[in-house]
Amino acid sequence: MPGATDTKPTKPLKNPCNLCQSVRAILKRPKTGQQLCKECFFHVFETEIHNTIVDNKLFNKGDRVAIGASGGKDSTVLAYVMKLLNDRYSYELDLVLLSIDEGITGYRDDSLETVKRNRDQYQIPLLIVSYKDLYGWSMDDIVKEIGRKNNCTFCGVFRRQALDRGAIMLNVDHIVTGHNADDIAETVLMNILRGDLPRLQRCTSIITNDTSEDSSGIETSKILRSKPFKYTYEKEIVMYAYFKKLDYFSTECIYSPNAYRGHARIFLKDLEAVRRTAIVDIIHSGEALSASVQANESTKLPTMANCTRCGYISSNELCKACLLLEGLNKGLPQLGIGHTTKIRRMHEAANLASGLSSPASLSSAVADGSAGEKVKVVTHIKDLGQLETMPTLASV
Amino acid sequence: MSQSDATLRIELQFSGGMELLFDNQKTIHAKVPASFPLDGSAENRHAATIRDLISWTASNLLKERPELFIGADGSVRSGILVLVNGADWELEGELEYELEDRDEIVFISTLHGG
Ligand SMILES: [Zn+2]
Ligand SMILES: [Zn+2]
Repeated sequence: MPGATDTKPTKPLKNPCNLCQSVRAILKRPKTGQQLCKECFFHVFETEIHNTIVDNKLFNKGDRVAIGASGGKDSTVLAYVMKLLNDRYSYELDLVLLSIDEGITGYRDDSLETVKRNRDQYQIPLLIVSYKDLYGWSMDDIVKEIGRKNNCTFCGVFRRQALDRGAIMLNVDHIVTGHNADDIAETVLMNILRGDLPRLQRCTSIITNDTSEDSSGIETSKILRSKPFKYTYEKEIVMYAYFKKLDYFSTECIYSPNAYRGHARIFLKDLEAVRRTAIVDIIHSGEALSASVQANESTKLPTMANCTRCGYISSNELCKACLLLEGLNKGLPQLGIGHTTKIRRMHEAANLASGLSSPASLSSAVADGSAGEKVKVVTHIKDLGQLETMPTLASV
Repeated sequence: MSQSDATLRIELQFSGGMELLFDNQKTIHAKVPASFPLDGSAENRHAATIRDLISWTASNLLKERPELFIGADGSVRSGILVLVNGADWELEGELEYELEDRDEIVFISTLHGG
């Protein structure tokens, strides 16, 4: 940064920033080994995410986008950065926060408080949908009933659907989640270990919707999902949150010992310690493997229909959530299923509460949403128009 | 004061879930020995480094589950970020960084929740 160093430090600067040369570096980038000062780090971090969004054409101007928010580090940084980039580059996105309340006392209730603070700090409206309201069961209830063995299966199936239902209530086009490069590498690893090629394919794509093949019965939805942090390292997300003093919640789920994933994560970190590019290498392996799977399986689209019980998109008569619920509810017939009425009620309440602009009626969205309409096509954001080119770092 | 009694004032900070292993304390003002014995001999001592600080912290301050703090080769567990006076310890010599009086050392867990 020539010209910016009028006041020369008396001592030679220790660890000068590789970009501006004039300020002490505070971070060594895991990706490149570059050492950066705080301001240059912020700039590079934000600009790379902006470039990911533009290069992958994640959004159209005017899209209504839900940020899946858990109160944890990744989604907190995602909410902050999405708002910042939306303002800085005039994406003209209509942003909302969407949180799932699994009903886990001492864990989710606390993290939701963090999300509520984020709502106020970033001025983004928030919708919380709860398992209890959607399914009649909280995770606390489920664990009481089935113990701690398979509860993560329930939670995973319910969460995915709950996010979609929340997105329908909010009438959004798109959900962004905070999955980062480390998460994706870890998931690639686990899918390889399990030999789960369809999931391998899904976990490596930066954007998914129901045009994706689904040979193994993975349920897909009409709403686009993307991962703007696909190429963002966890270390940088945590450092960004630390230096920006962002408010996030960090406790592990009390029901998820997650031993397998935990080992995969530590294994990855250890690999990364001896080989800097391990994370990106594994993501690339995942992409290459799924590309070859796709080439072999001559893209046969499964016939997707709707769950006969709740209307959620499903390749089977009953969606996975309904199947799980049926089991849970055996012997407890009084609970019934009653999704639609509950959802409609919640949807109305949510509209009243947040003054959100006329979301499509949920009941009709569920009823005719997935069957009749054409599958949504990922279009380009060319009409975002005058996207600024990446500003030179000298102008920081 | 003999050489082995000298201490350094070190401010330790824990965040990102790291504090859960330290009785939920986010900041601890510690008096850390300025030197540690070389090879167990009382005569030969070396100036305290972060390596020493990590094992000293584990034996004196850590309340639970040491395996979530200590990793291989006397370092912190992988996935824990360390900052020395506001900067990434990877820029400061990592384990071999020599502590100075009034240093501020931060431990951040990246392994907790997304
Ligand atoms: Zn700089
Ligand atoms: Zn269903």
